[in-house]
Amino acid sequence: MTEYLQEKVHVQNYIRMQFPSCSANESFARVAVASFVAQLDPTLEELTELKTAVSEAVTNAIIHGYENSFGEIRIECSLYDQTVKITIEDDGVGIEDVDMARQPLYTSRPELERSGMGLTIMESFVDRMEIQSEPGQGTRVTLVKSMGGQKTSQRPS
Amino acid sequence: MSLQTTTISGVLVARLQGELDHHAVEKIREDIEQTVQQEGINRLVLSFANIHFMDSSGIGLVLGRLRTIQALGGKMALCEVQNSLQKIFEMSGILKVLKLFPSEQEAIEYVRGE
Ligand SMILES: Nc1ncnc2c1ncn2[C@@H]1O[C@H](COP(=O)(O)OP(=O)(O)OP(=O)(O)O)[C@@H](O)[C@H]1O
Ligand SMILES: [Mg+2]
Repeated sequence: MTEYLQEKVHVQNYIRMQFPSCSANESFARVAVASFVAQLDPTLEELTELKTAVSEAVTNAIIHGYENSFGEIRIECSLYDQTVKITIEDDGVGIEDVDMARQPLYTSRPELERSGMGLTIMESFVDRMEIQSEPGQGTRVTLVKSMGGQKTSQRPS
Repeated sequence: MSLQTTTISGVLVARLQGELDHHAVEKIREDIEQTVQQEGINRLVLSFANIHFMDSSGIGLVLGRLRTIQALGGKMALCEVQNSLQKIFEMSGILKVLKLFPSEQEAIEYVRGE
């Protein structure tokens, strides 16, 4: 799985999407990812978890990254064996302190009724989550999840 | 249609529909807040019978309405939460501050203080 994060493996299939930061695209993004990964034969629970994680990341890009103004969101989703890797990228304000942002209940926008649980939910619904962010440049979230029963990390190497 | 509201013996019952994400939640929040104000109600039941997907925006919706209802000195409960939402409910801390009932009727009776 670490190899996959470092892009050392040859992916078998992928999709790329780019769309403006409007909230109507939140459902589009999670449904598109879910139908693409259907070829791994995931369980309904795995699929719901992945959809939730994608929804959280896209919502964060819209609300926090672009602060509800216009910007572009890019998603890449690739498959390797039974594992899916998804990156969700924005060119928004970025995150000053990623460790603080990842704390459960931390939110910079309580007035918008945010609960500060998005990153915590994402982390628990996938196998690995990485956040790369540069203030003023943008944020890239990488999610890796094994699906369809057989765990990649348990493959003989 | 993302919401259907009805008042049953002084209790506002809001039956949520569809997928509770950031996009859907904005309008639902406005609708509930408006109805609460207009009808001067401080007892609220949120029904999750028709919700099969929810992200953290749904958590914000629930906790935000709890804040409204508590500020009005009222009572609130949830009902018919589907299995697919169980994990997110557990993580959210909602279960520590709100009661959850298997049926709408039980939730209504609870917020009426029966
Ligand atoms: N794409 C992003 N761009 C800029 N800041 C971000 C981004 N994603 C997350 N953050 C920052 O990290 C914080 C924590 O994010 P998280 O998703 O956990 O909580 P939230 O979005 O504030 O609330 P919730 O997800 O529960 O509605 C956010 O409040 C924000 O400050
Ligand atoms: Mg969030």
